[in-house]
Amino acid sequence: MTTTGSPALDARAIRAEFPMFVAPRPDGRPLHYLDSAATSQKPQVVLDAMNAYYRETNANVHRGVYEMAAEATDRFEFGRTAAARLINHPREALVLTKNATEAINLVAWAWGARELREGDEIVVTEMEHHSNIVPWQIVASMTGAKVLFAPVTPQGEVELDALRALIGPCTRMVAAVHVSNVLGTINPVREIVEMAHQAGALTMIDATQSVPHMPVDATSIGSDFLVFTGHKMLGPTGIGALAASPERLNAMEPFLGGGEMISDVTTEGSTWAEIPWKFEAGTPPIAEAVGLGAAVEYLEALGMDRVREHERATAELMINALGEVPGLTILGPTDPDRRGAAVSFTLDAVHPHDIAQFLDSKGVCVRAGHHCAKPLMRVLGTQSTTRASAHVYTTDEDILALQGALIECRSWFGA
Amino acid sequence: MGGLDDLYQQLILDHYRNRRGRGRIENASASVHEHNPVCGDECFLDILVEDNRIVEIRADGDGCSISQAAASMLTEVVADKDLNEALEIVEHFRRMMHGDAEPDEDLLGDAIALEGVAKYPVRVKCALLSWLALRDAIASYRETTAHGG
Repeated sequence: MTTTGSPALDARAIRAEFPMFVAPRPDGRPLHYLDSAATSQKPQVVLDAMNAYYRETNANVHRGVYEMAAEATDRFEFGRTAAARLINHPREALVLTKNATEAINLVAWAWGARELREGDEIVVTEMEHHSNIVPWQIVASMTGAKVLFAPVTPQGEVELDALRALIGPCTRMVAAVHVSNVLGTINPVREIVEMAHQAGALTMIDATQSVPHMPVDATSIGSDFLVFTGHKMLGPTGIGALAASPERLNAMEPFLGGGEMISDVTTEGSTWAEIPWKFEAGTPPIAEAVGLGAAVEYLEALGMDRVREHERATAELMINALGEVPGLTILGPTDPDRRGAAVSFTLDAVHPHDIAQFLDSKGVCVRAGHHCAKPLMRVLGTQSTTRASAHVYTTDEDILALQGALIECRSWFGA
Repeated sequence: MGGLDDLYQQLILDHYRNRRGRGRIENASASVHEHNPVCGDECFLDILVEDNRIVEIRADGDGCSISQAAASMLTEVVADKDLNEALEIVEHFRRMMHGDAEPDEDLLGDAIALEGVAKYPVRVKCALLSWLALRDAIASYRETTAHGG
């Protein structure tokens, strides 16, 4: 089923633009990289943009008077503009951070630690990544607030009625993941945001696994905060973003203090720079922002609708191929329209570590473990799973190699 | 597949498929519960100590082949050993896993087959889980007895 009029992505042609897939591996193994939910590979244009920044205009941003420093600032700020454009968000309300985790911590500290009081409630879901649980637990323990967990069904979907029932007059924040990094579940975030706003609570959407793979419109989602990270969307590590409502950012005190984020500093005290710079203390990750800008342009050129359609088709193929492996159980939704292409599974009694090790010998890279989502693992009644995840460069061959290796793996371990 | 055969030696797969010393001990002298933060695997280890010797040891919990085989081998290697001797064996095993010691088969018994794991840093934690649990169990036993417990 193709939902768009434009032709499907050509994953083979895309691979040719990624140095990782062009150079043969030293030991001759093929590379079936199925761990993009952990981090994506980078196209040549991203590497080139970062390299060009260091070679041509390396200078610190924002304060330099000379032309090269101005050029550096332009390239840095272009990264912000591109990232904001991708998610349809005003650029002045997009704070660049180290990663999504830092973006969530920024909100937990700059908003939560100051605003939360004893008895206040923060509602998250059981399918959150630890990065959307632990910062809230930390500020809760400081303020006397409580963290409540909305249940997830054994099929891997948030129980919306239970979530609605949890949200009440004490709820100050509802924080939920857009697409689960473990199960691939796409959550109805607009509905969740509406639910929270009706109760007068703020909202935080973790869009780490959605922004790289599908059109995400932050304005239409309407959350107070939305976070994502560069390295899962074909960009470099060390750069992420917090997209917030401008009013909210203006009302908040800074998170980290230092250079760049001030308006004036005297021995009596300091005043803050305009948003978003108020939240960007110290020399920022300049080359990384440049790389993020190039990654966004690359994704925009592919077209996010087509990126999503490729992901949907890959998820469908993966679910069908894995379904043919004896003894294999897929966790999470099996309808490709309701999920991303991160697919977790178990294989009889073979432990995920053993599966991942065996698959590596066949050149298939997957992740094994709790995927930084231990509360979800408890819901699923397991300690760990194996997860295969795709991106724009994932081909049918990758999925068939995964399927073949899993069948062999099962007999190797005598399951 | 050379790397894979090197890691998963037959002896390891044999211990994995036929676990020795599995289960719990009622009235154990010391019990510890450890988990591997990388994968969430858990290990319950019980020892029964008489006259400063391990007269019974059992390990329970689920995990990968490396962690299960390592636990199985541990229960054979330290059975009926004096506590200090057992600690010496654990320390030698730990050093082998970190590449700091030439493996001594007299000390390690079947566990020498785990030597290849040292090349896979993430898997070293799997192999060490039950062995370090024994170290903690002995420390806990000594603390209890020192306090007249």
